[in-house]
Amino acid sequence: MSQTEQAVREDGIIASVSGPVVTARDLDARMNDVVYVGDEGLMGEVIEIEGDITTIQVYEETSGIGPGEPVENTGEPLSVDLGPGLLDTIYDGVQRPLDVLEDKMGSPYLDRGVDAPGIELDKQWEFEPTVEEGDEVGRGDIVGVVEETITIDHKVMVPPDALEEDEMAEVVAVESGSFTVEETVVELDNGEDVTMLQEWPVREARPTVEKKTPRTPLVSGQRILDGLFPIAKGGTAAIPGPFGSGKTVTQHQLAKYADADIIIYVGCGERGNEMTEVIDDFPELEDPSTGNPLMARTSLIANTSNMPVAARESCVYTGITIAEFYRDMGYDVALMADSTSRWAEAMREISSRLEEMPGEEGYPAYLAARLSQFYERAGYFENVNGTEGSVSAIGAVSPPGGDFSEPVTQNTLRIVKTFWALDADLAERRHFPSINWNESYSLYKDQLDPWFQEEVSDDWPEKRQWAVDVLDEEAELQEIVQLVGKDALPEDQQLTLEIARYLREAYLQQNAFHPVDTYCPPEKTYLMLTTIETFHDEAFDALEAGVPVEEIIDIDSAPQINRIGVQEDYEEYVEELKSDITDELRSLY
Amino acid sequence: MKEYQTITEISGPLVFAEVDEAIGYDEIVEIETAQGETLRGQVLESSEGVVAIQVFEGTSGIDQHASVRFLGETMKMPVTEDLLGRVLDGSGRPIDGGPDIVPEERQDIVGAAINPYSREYPEEFIETGVSAIDGMNTLVRGQKLPIFSSSGQPHSELAMQIARQASVPEEEEGEGEGSEFAVIFGAMGITAEEANEFMQDFERTGALERSVVFMNLADDPAVERTVTPRMVLTTAEYLAFEKDYHVLVILTDMTNYCEALREIGAAREEVPGRRGYPGYMYTDLAQLYERAGRIEGREGSVTQIPILTMPGDDDTHPIPDLTGYITEGQIYVDPDLNSQGLQPPVNVLPSLSRLMDDGIGEGLTRADHADVSDQMYAAYAEGEDLRDLVNIVGREALSERDNKYLDFAERFEEEFIDQGFDTNRELEETLEIGWELLSMLPKEELNRVDEDFIEEYYHEDATDADNTETEATAD
Ligand SMILES: Nc1ncnc2c1ncn2[C@@H]1O[C@H](COP(=O)(O)OP(=O)(O)OP(=O)(O)O)[C@@H](O)[C@H]1O
Ligand SMILES: [Mg+2]
Repeated sequence: MSQTEQAVREDGIIASVSGPVVTARDLDARMNDVVYVGDEGLMGEVIEIEGDITTIQVYEETSGIGPGEPVENTGEPLSVDLGPGLLDTIYDGVQRPLDVLEDKMGSPYLDRGVDAPGIELDKQWEFEPTVEEGDEVGRGDIVGVVEETITIDHKVMVPPDALEEDEMAEVVAVESGSFTVEETVVELDNGEDVTMLQEWPVREARPTVEKKTPRTPLVSGQRILDGLFPIAKGGTAAIPGPFGSGKTVTQHQLAKYADADIIIYVGCGERGNEMTEVIDDFPELEDPSTGNPLMARTSLIANTSNMPVAARESCVYTGITIAEFYRDMGYDVALMADSTSRWAEAMREISSRLEEMPGEEGYPAYLAARLSQFYERAGYFENVNGTEGSVSAIGAVSPPGGDFSEPVTQNTLRIVKTFWALDADLAERRHFPSINWNESYSLYKDQLDPWFQEEVSDDWPEKRQWAVDVLDEEAELQEIVQLVGKDALPEDQQLTLEIARYLREAYLQQNAFHPVDTYCPPEKTYLMLTTIETFHDEAFDALEAGVPVEEIIDIDSAPQINRIGVQEDYEEYVEELKSDITDELRSLY
Repeated sequence: MKEYQTITEISGPLVFAEVDEAIGYDEIVEIETAQGETLRGQVLESSEGVVAIQVFEGTSGIDQHASVRFLGETMKMPVTEDLLGRVLDGSGRPIDGGPDIVPEERQDIVGAAINPYSREYPEEFIETGVSAIDGMNTLVRGQKLPIFSSSGQPHSELAMQIARQASVPEEEEGEGEGSEFAVIFGAMGITAEEANEFMQDFERTGALERSVVFMNLADDPAVERTVTPRMVLTTAEYLAFEKDYHVLVILTDMTNYCEALREIGAAREEVPGRRGYPGYMYTDLAQLYERAGRIEGREGSVTQIPILTMPGDDDTHPIPDLTGYITEGQIYVDPDLNSQGLQPPVNVLPSLSRLMDDGIGEGLTRADHADVSDQMYAAYAEGEDLRDLVNIVGREALSERDNKYLDFAERFEEEFIDQGFDTNRELEETLEIGWELLSMLPKEELNRVDEDFIEEYYHEDATDADNTETEATAD
């Protein structure tokens, strides 16, 4: 959290304390100002002003705090520090680096009243300017580069609020060499000193020129996503599902394998161990596009379920603001929020302490508005500095009782364009990822087809449609099977069921914990599908030629389809398998 | 310390009093009734001039003449290694007639959150000796793995079996040099009878001396239940992270805890959340369950097995639902399996251990463990599905393949799950039974198992032998 220039305004005193909500008297404050509460100086934010009484949500535990203690206003809205050093870092919900907190507190437990800047202030960065004296620059323009991590060149930009929309300024001085983030690296003729550090209020979107139609997929290496329900770079997606159905694993898979430049992972009100897992794994795992450690492109925000509820409310904003900052540099950023339901519940909790009029299921009436404001900050954009960048937002949703008709799921579905519906039944039988193929959808499918046709194969859309058709037919047949058993079906339908079974078991299932299967490039996804289709075509030819269905199903080579996923040299394997299947089936007639 | 005789309102478990000094939120309060009885409570809301107090023992006996003292501190648990072997009430006071407890430290029971950066990822396999757990839903040190049950089911037997048998394989060989094991048992609103079962089991097996027991029974004050688990976990954290114990915490019954929360919420006239439970119940439960874990640089660990009885055996009820969203999996005790006489009646299909994947495999348990477990899940699920169908069309109408899956499901329950509450199975044995059962299926069906493992462990002759046992074969 930003610590710079705390122009302290009038102080007030605490009037009442109830959990994370504190009221203060005599405080001269504006909405969303950051305040320090009580003798210990707990960080909070103004969320309501009514006459003389100011209501504050406090980002730390309030036990032991009482009326009469002081409240101090910083006069600044809740902001994040933006600059090199955001990557390869883990923050809490108000951007305090957790490793620094551990150090400062000297304890593995999160103590109160300890603040730490979001960006290390005394670290030196090697700044390489990309402008010269006399150049004209506008707001947001890139003036230099810093190697932030081995993967990412951090673009140093003129802050978007340093100049008016069409205003230009002349560069009057440029430095190069080692600097801290607070030192001036570029001076403009309007008196503005550009440093590597910017501050931005989290609840306000950073400006852009325009939102464009996204046409590139965010390739995830997950067959069911890339193959059936792709999300675009700059797209939005929701993963709702009951507990234990695979939301977090899917989010982790995306964070590991999605072909974004930058990953912002927001653990919002979920488990501590899940964040620890990321902290442990990501430095070791390779980014599939660069081979560098994954952490070098990742920033983590962890406000676990036992951390203060108010900071849970803000962590999502902290995340998306950091995402926008890298988008402004021209990067494709993917943000995962696990889980947006916990964020909504934090809003509900605060709202009920404020005794606001509750809406549906106790959520505040502004729930829908907040959700859409958040997802609206995603998109494929033309930035103010002329670059193009994207923020893709993928939110997990945790509906009570797994019932999708509840307000958070419903309001989210009204906004997002990709819906990955997790299914408890599938999870129970360990069909993973347990994304229900009948219920899920992607509205980006058609606009992304040209990319897949160009990069993978011309008939990508047709193959996908073929798979969808077979699965649809299976769904219908299964209803009959439930009543009469499989053997009562005509032979061709029995065969269809068998094909569908391979689609489900080989193609749709993917083991996130298998070293090879965990990541499946689109080429492999495609080849797997064509192998199953080969089996389909040859099998129906055999059936037509009079071969009994049992014999067709029983061929030795077919079950090998289930092993394509774990093959590293899949091209060769698939080649051979296709010809084995063909030979074996043709030998039957 | 000032005394007030300023009670203005008494409502359910809450007392409102006027004050003329600043009282801290969460501060501890003593209320002395006119009869001379001392009750304890906690500040729930503090405003200028008035505070709301939640009274643990309930408000009966309190009137407007009772005097109220604010102790100027939040609730603390006196902790020391000497607690081992002791039986305490739900507020941490000894009830076993033993000597007074001389605390080494007094720790705040609310417990600060563990910094996620300071955690160590749990991946040390705990062998519970129960196949349904070890084989299919492996427990690891530092995990929180609840038992989802319903009233009248033998969840206590299962919890006791785990507490009795739990061990970490390498350590037995490593001549007891590692950390010691301790059990902390927190009873919340259970019957004296249930509590006795636990106590007898602890005494019989000599486990009591490495246990701390907290008892809030059914006829103890309900509001006290909101502090019992915090006392338990504060003690657990102390023993684990300051005294290097591997602590297993059993909390039963979380349902009673949640009922107490609901009662307080109602008394405060809060806007209720789903089915009348407070909207902050997720956060509240998380503040308990998240106190399980391991911490970098510390020897010990806190493993939690909370037990909850699902009202109406419905896992979408807010108590199991919110629990499942926080814990790292769950074990289902199933009334149907129980009436079939299975011991333990664990239904593995909805059960899950999320930390299993990292806790098993080569070097940890056995290289084939994950594959065996996956394949058995898939096979049992398929067999289970077919049972409905068989009721309609009969076995004869099913294919040979389907019949094999039906047989698998049956033997899986009889041989793998139903081991008895007194049998302690080593993992090797669990996996061996697994392979015996998987070998009923043709090799090609084992598509989740690596071919090398099939080569190594598959029983070649089993398939044919079983065919002859199956009375009905297709065609
Ligand atoms: N793709 C996958 N491959 C293998 N296993 C998976 C996969 N997805 C999920 N699982 C299994 O399912 C378990 C639960 O998944 P996960 O933790 O992602 O659930 P969740 O939906 O996030 O639940 P919660 O809402 O409680 O956080 C995992 O621990 C893992 O065992
Ligand atoms: Mg999750």
